[in-house]
Parts: sequence; C-alpha cells; structure tokens
Amino acid sequence: MLDRDEDILKAAEDWQKAGRGVALATVVETWGSAPRPAGSSLVINDEGTFLGSVSGGCVEGAVVTEAMDVIQSGKPRMLEFGVADETAWNVGLSCGGTIRVFVEKVG
Amino acid sequence: MKLEILHELNAERAARRPAILVTDTESGEQRLVKSADFAKDPLRAELDKQLRMGKSASVEAGGKKLFLNVYAPTAKLVIVGAVHISQALAPLARSLGYDVTVVDPRTAFASPERFPDIPLVAEWPDTALPQLNVDAYTAFVAVTHDPKIDDPALLHAFERGCFYIGALGSRKTHAKRGDRLRAQGAKESDIARIHAPIGLAIGAVSPSEIAVSIMAEITAVLRLPPKEKEEAA
Repeated sequence: MLDRDEDILKAAEDWQKAGRGVALATVVETWGSAPRPAGSSLVINDEGTFLGSVSGGCVEGAVVTEAMDVIQSGKPRMLEFGVADETAWNVGLSCGGTIRVFVEKVG
Repeated sequence: MKLEILHELNAERAARRPAILVTDTESGEQRLVKSADFAKDPLRAELDKQLRMGKSASVEAGGKKLFLNVYAPTAKLVIVGAVHISQALAPLARSLGYDVTVVDPRTAFASPERFPDIPLVAEWPDTALPQLNVDAYTAFVAVTHDPKIDDPALLHAFERGCFYIGALGSRKTHAKRGDRLRAQGAKESDIARIHAPIGLAIGAVSPSEIAVSIMAEITAVLRLPPKEKEEAA
C-alpha cells in the first residue's frame, strides 16, 4: 500500500484544465517478471511531457509516441510489450516479462 | 477518461476514501465505484477482494474484459506511547508502507533521538489526535501501559472507526481497561474490537519481535477476508 500515482492523476486533471491535450496510460495486465504492477500509470500531455511510469523506463518512449496519436484521435488503444514480439526487441522489456498498457485520452 | 470521472476520483483520493475505476478495455467505457456504493454493485465480490488486497487487476464479467483499478488510501499507523516497542514498531511499519506517527505527552520518551525521522507529537491524546485525521484507513495501537494516556486515545480510535485497534497488556490488564472504558461510556462492541493482548501469538519476546507480531496482526486484519481473519485471531 505504498503511495502510488500520487501526482499523476492530479497532473492529468491540472494539465487538462490548463487546456492541454492529455492521455493516460495504465498497466492493465502483466505476465512474468513485469517491472511495474497492474495499475501503474503514466500521464502524457501533447507537448510530450510525461509523469509516472509503466515499466520503470523500458517502454515509456514507445508509450508516449502512441499517446500522441490517442490524444489526436480520442480513441483508446491497447499496447502490448514483451520479449516474444518484434516491438519488444525494439523497445526492450529486458526483464523478460510481458505487459499490456491501456492508453486513453483524458477529457 | 472523462474529466468528471477524473475529478471525482481525485476528490475521493484527497478525502482518503477508497474507490475503484472499472474500465471496459475494449470499448473504453468507464465508471467509478465509490466505497459507499460497493455493496450494491454487481461486481461487489470482485471489488471487495481487490480492495482488500489493494491490487488492481483485469477480470472477465458478463462477457466483457474489465480492468479494476484500485485506489486505496495509504494506510496510517498511529502509535500512542513512545516506548521501546514503538522504537522497533515505527520503522517496521514504515517499511511496510504505512504513514507512521508517534504520540506521547512525555517528552523524555517522545524525543527525536529515540525516533529519528519519525513524526512525533509530544502532546496528550486529546490535543494530539484530532489533528492527525485518524480514519478507517488507520491502524491504532496504544502501548504506554498508562491508562491516563491509553484510555482517551482508545476512545478516540473507537470514534474514528480505525480498521485495527490494539492495546498492550495482559488479559488481566485488559479486563480492567474494559471496565474503565465502559465506565466512560464506551460501547461493548467497541471494547470487543480491541486486540489485546496485542499482536499475533508467535511467542514474541524482544521489542522487535513484538513489533513483528503487531504488524503481522495488522496485516491479517487489512488483507484477510472476514472468515479467515477470525481464524487467525
């Protein structure tokens, strides 16, 4: 029950109210030795500023890129990262786990 | 996430009330379930379980894939009595993720030298406790052995509905405490909530071992479903 997402949801609300496009990415499933548990989240705004983490640094770059599209389109999407697929080699979940990340627009 | 849901969620978090955000990960549809509405929710069994564990998870219900994102307040531990046991208990509880505060009006006990980095309030419970926002996500232990300090502290813990209330003392000491609290108007059901002797029976001897037995008991009360909880007690 350690503090988590303490500033993330607050930042999401503040950024949205300040007129920024905002997306929220949340780990919804994990397999194997995933670096961050389900519920971990990352908030991203349309300037590319982000706060929080979904993997402790491995895939945040890719998530931020996808989040930009979600802010544009308004449509949520599910991302999967793991060693078993092609993208994983590119973005590197070195721990050997697999995670699914739900990305949605805020507002 | 709709802005009104985010706003409500942040308000619940600020008020230290648990809430669970339910997301249909295919359609993106979402709803926020506040703790007051858990009992009447169709997913109540799943919601209760995930909240008790403090864990978010994906579940399948009615042919839908749902993600339950659990927002539980950080648990607090209020220790009344800056005694030897508390010196072991405070850092242990902190390592388990609790926000810890130690209260003791006796400044010789409640000294920063004895409790480095732990928030200390060197006041009587009547003054100290109201400012600590003791609530349902607070575990409360009274370990001074002094009725002048422990008794009013326990009355405050009853009033605030702490999820765990423990008090140091043998069965005999505890029986006398029950009499005193009753005389001060405490309800029988509240007195029965006190875990005394405090801690799980693991044969603890040293202050550190007693601290382990107390945190084990608090963990059981926090995490176990009600039936298994009775068996562990």
